[in-house]
Amino acid sequence: MVISIVKAQDKNKSIATESYRQTVFRRFRRHHLAAASLIVLAVLCLAAILAPFIAPYEPDAIVGPFSGAPCKEFLLGTDQIGRDVLSRLLYATRVSLLVGVMATLLSTVIGVALGLAAGYFGGVVDMVIMRFTDMVMSFPYILLVLVAASIFKPGLWNIILILGFVDWPGIARLVRGNVLSLRETNFVKGNIVAGMPLRHILFSEILPNTVAPILVYGTSVLALSMLDEAALSFLGMGVQPPMASLGNMLNGAQSLTVLTDKPWLWIPPGLLIVVLVVAINFVGDALRDALDPNSEKR
Amino acid sequence: MGKYILKRILIAIPVLIGITIIDYGIMCLAGSPLEMLQGPRVSEGALEAKRIALGLDKPFYIQYFVWLGQLLRGNLGYSMKSYQSVSAMIGSHLGPTLLLMGVSLVISLLLAIPAGIYSAVHQYSKGDYTVVTLSFLGSSVPGFFLSLLLIYIFTVRLGLLPSSGMTTLGTSGGVADVAKHMVMPVIVLAASMAGSNIRYIRSSVLEILQQDYLRTARAKGIGRFKVIYKHALRNALVPIVTVIGMQIPMLFGGAIIIEQVFSWPGLGLMTMSAISNRDYPVIMGVCLLSAIVVLVGNLLTDILYALVDPTIQL
Repeated sequence: MVISIVKAQDKNKSIATESYRQTVFRRFRRHHLAAASLIVLAVLCLAAILAPFIAPYEPDAIVGPFSGAPCKEFLLGTDQIGRDVLSRLLYATRVSLLVGVMATLLSTVIGVALGLAAGYFGGVVDMVIMRFTDMVMSFPYILLVLVAASIFKPGLWNIILILGFVDWPGIARLVRGNVLSLRETNFVKGNIVAGMPLRHILFSEILPNTVAPILVYGTSVLALSMLDEAALSFLGMGVQPPMASLGNMLNGAQSLTVLTDKPWLWIPPGLLIVVLVVAINFVGDALRDALDPNSEKR
Repeated sequence: MGKYILKRILIAIPVLIGITIIDYGIMCLAGSPLEMLQGPRVSEGALEAKRIALGLDKPFYIQYFVWLGQLLRGNLGYSMKSYQSVSAMIGSHLGPTLLLMGVSLVISLLLAIPAGIYSAVHQYSKGDYTVVTLSFLGSSVPGFFLSLLLIYIFTVRLGLLPSSGMTTLGTSGGVADVAKHMVMPVIVLAASMAGSNIRYIRSSVLEILQQDYLRTARAKGIGRFKVIYKHALRNALVPIVTVIGMQIPMLFGGAIIIEQVFSWPGLGLMTMSAISNRDYPVIMGVCLLSAIVVLVGNLLTDILYALVDPTIQL
């Protein structure tokens, strides 16, 4: 009894003295699914980065029979022109992750910049930026992406640019909302009164206080842009062959013979997309909980 | 109320004009429509005559105003491929899309509202975890992959459901036939919509359950059932209205990929073929239509807010 009380006090003490980072880590670990997802993501990212070293064959080299079923030599079989599916899958993960991460970074930078400007300066700047945001949001998302992809030549970097330039309105709105409330806080007002330079107020006072929601929102943008890349590539308007991406590996399944008789060509890339996106979403959800200062002790 | 609606419409007008400018800019960026006519059998003189006939020799802003003037008279232009008027094409493809998306939206709400509320009321229970995990799965599976899986299972392996079109070829297609063709696309669309809706409704209801007035309701001992089904649910109507409002634009633009996979003869399929044929007037017509739908959807959502929540004064 006494020991348990002491232990409980110890625990409370350690919670009271832990740093913000420790709190976030402790809260994050409570979400077992998210912790598992993080491990899965880490393994997949590592596999993608190390693709040139662990892939059994060159991704674009014709090394085996046409559409060979999985066997010892080719663990996931070969595709219609005899390339090793496992090797292509590793390189495809690499491309898909690259597109997702770069597009997310781009849209985050645009969204943060516009959101900061709109929220901090207010007035006409706010009006113009928010109306522009409304316009971009009024286009149906996938339609905008498809139209852009049809006008500009499809390809790896164009897809990144298109997704990046389309995904930012959500972040801009989020940042603007946060800045509006932060601008009224005493520490920001204090900075203004003290005559601190604008750069300092925006990037050293306001921005750090709005990083947590941006991070959480960023994970969902990452998941979404990976889904969009897959959909675009599936339709043949995204990453172009011979470069493999998870979406364009599924492209072959539009033909009935592949769909019916060669499941090893389309089920692995499809499952991999699902696993990646689910894992990213779980991590994002746990992050939201862990970073929220108001979340309950549980 | 009337004043508020008027104000909102007035705000929407500059946004709409901006959208037409972006629309027109994209169309011009995409290249002159004359490029479609070029070929060995078309002489320079004929091209020049056509250019003047189409008004392409005039400066950009005059062209824009001519286009806008046509638009205000309800003329969206003509398809470069089939020479049909764009408004007629949209009209004939709108029905199937609205049918498909409407049914999917209703089914997703029928799934999401009870599941979201159940999940919130039983927070951190096994049932809650199951619902949340499933909802993540629903919104994370790419629609086209789920479609392929369903076609593989139900069409290829079991031979139960047709995998493309809206009616069986050669038959007039009764209600039962259309319904049969709808099963798979509706499952795919409803799953992805329900996935995000469930989480949204769950977190909104959770927020409501923590409010002071609910603590008061519990404290006065009117019983769990009444607390949840009378005090909490009425307030949960606001987030549910938001969810419906967010989904209205999806009714038009959301199904492009699914319609493509299942060859559903709707707006999405039409848009997709217009995109691959670079049929710009059609693409622009669809973009404009969906932008208007989004703006009207936002307005309707705000009006509905006022109806379900008497504390919101418009």
